[in-house]
Amino acid sequence: MNMRAVGAIYRFEMARFFRTLFQSFISPVISTSLYFVVFGAAIGSRIDQVEGVSYGAFIVPGLIMLSVMTQALSNASFGIYFPKFVGTIYELLSAPVNFLEIVMGYVGAAATKAFFIGMVILGTSALFVDLQILHPVAVLAFMVLTCLSFSLFGFIIGIWAKNFEQLQLIPMLVVTPLVFLGGAFYSISMLPGAWQTVALFNPVVYLISGMRWAFFGIADVSVVISLAAILGFFLLCLGVIWWIFRTGWRIRS
Amino acid sequence: MAMVEIDGVRKRYEGGFEALRGVDLAIEEGEILALLGPNGAGKTTLISAICGITLPTEGTIRVGGNDVVADYRAARDLVGLVPQEVNLEPFEKVINTVRFSRGLFGKPKNEALIEDVLRKLSLWDKRDNAIRELSGGMKRRVLIAKALAHEPRVLFLDEPTAGVDVELRRDMWEVVADLKRQGVTIILTTHYIEEAEAIADRVGVINKGQILLVEEKAALMRRMGEKELRIELGTPLDAVPEALEGFGLEVSGGDLVYRYDSHAERTGIGRLMAAVAGAGLVVRDVATVQKSLEDIFVGLVARQEDAA
Repeated sequence: MNMRAVGAIYRFEMARFFRTLFQSFISPVISTSLYFVVFGAAIGSRIDQVEGVSYGAFIVPGLIMLSVMTQALSNASFGIYFPKFVGTIYELLSAPVNFLEIVMGYVGAAATKAFFIGMVILGTSALFVDLQILHPVAVLAFMVLTCLSFSLFGFIIGIWAKNFEQLQLIPMLVVTPLVFLGGAFYSISMLPGAWQTVALFNPVVYLISGMRWAFFGIADVSVVISLAAILGFFLLCLGVIWWIFRTGWRIRS
Repeated sequence: MAMVEIDGVRKRYEGGFEALRGVDLAIEEGEILALLGPNGAGKTTLISAICGITLPTEGTIRVGGNDVVADYRAARDLVGLVPQEVNLEPFEKVINTVRFSRGLFGKPKNEALIEDVLRKLSLWDKRDNAIRELSGGMKRRVLIAKALAHEPRVLFLDEPTAGVDVELRRDMWEVVADLKRQGVTIILTTHYIEEAEAIADRVGVINKGQILLVEEKAALMRRMGEKELRIELGTPLDAVPEALEGFGLEVSGGDLVYRYDSHAERTGIGRLMAAVAGAGLVVRDVATVQKSLEDIFVGLVARQEDAA
């Protein structure tokens, strides 16, 4: 294992994050505050409670997951797309590293950034609502797993993308709708009957449900299924990346 | 054992274009090999295949005895690459990209070495600048610094001096000479014949994916070394005088021009000079010119194109 290479990639990627630390920090704080103003205060004041939890607190797990997923995705996809775009990928391809080391460096950095943002949102949320966390270890586990698996997914998108438009395409067209329809702002049980079944085909439902269980002990689906879903997604992404490096798809001619 | 061994390497791209058509080449440890060839000859593809950026369709490549596919770690450990394109992360500081390269190749931190590399390439004063603030020539130096940061035993320079100023070219030649003293094997591709002439031990000519020849630079120039004897006369001529027919002479700018092989047993110069004197011509001056590598190169490529 070339751990020095993993460290070098990780540090290089984190340096990009630290160069723009202020933007990285301020934008999730602002967007979270806006969600609380709109959903928590304006709408939430009329909803009162969902399954025994105040609406403002109810949306916190979903808000964290929403940001963690989109941040992990955009950081990881940009992280590997950018070397392709500016041509510095030649160095990765000619270095004595294997796919696992490259992935550990890039995905590790993207996941760290997403985790940091998740924590910022958790902190911001605590300013708006009273938060009590029932299973803190489970919160951490779900966050870490989501950061990692969505960073892996982002890594795949970054390799697949041939231009900046494609880089935005999957997050815009697929992930954002899935997240919004994944129960970030409502419980699946609030949907009409048929839509509840449709919702179960949305993988994000399992993640948000799991996270909500970790916070409040309430869930749309069993936490075991949630955990299995996120682990399955993690392994699927890892498998795809293994295949990408084996075949050199879109990276090695 | 050669440092780099290339056996029957072919590279076909998906569209069917064959960039390398059966390349065999052995590069000895510590030598400087210049690969000359026109645009699209396959120089970059060959280097990419050795460095692991592209996979050969057929054939094997070994660096330091390690197969570049099966033993890629051991092989790539030895290899540094300075690419033709200026591919750099624009927002990062110079010193950080150089440190990154060292780490990526699994080498332990060595700030003294990085300082030394940056100083040699006159980059030390710019170490904290973002790459995008540098001029084109400076960026090229950064590429070289990145490749040297992980102490390669084999260094590939893909057109390192294309479009750079005289100063950088001279600096780079100095760096190359220094590396040679340390026993580093250097392969450079170039358009500039004078570059090959100035620093290479051996010269390879590649065209249309085939190596046309690899030879000691001196031997190559000797072997192909046709010389030209130019005789300036008291009275410029319009045509070759009858008395001098049979020598294969030409008249150029009023001078007599005689082409001969400088290594032949009989160059025919003595006989020619006697004949010139016998014809009553007054000789004002005599000059001989050796063929340059460029002439040889152009001749070889033209011959391959005639054969095709």
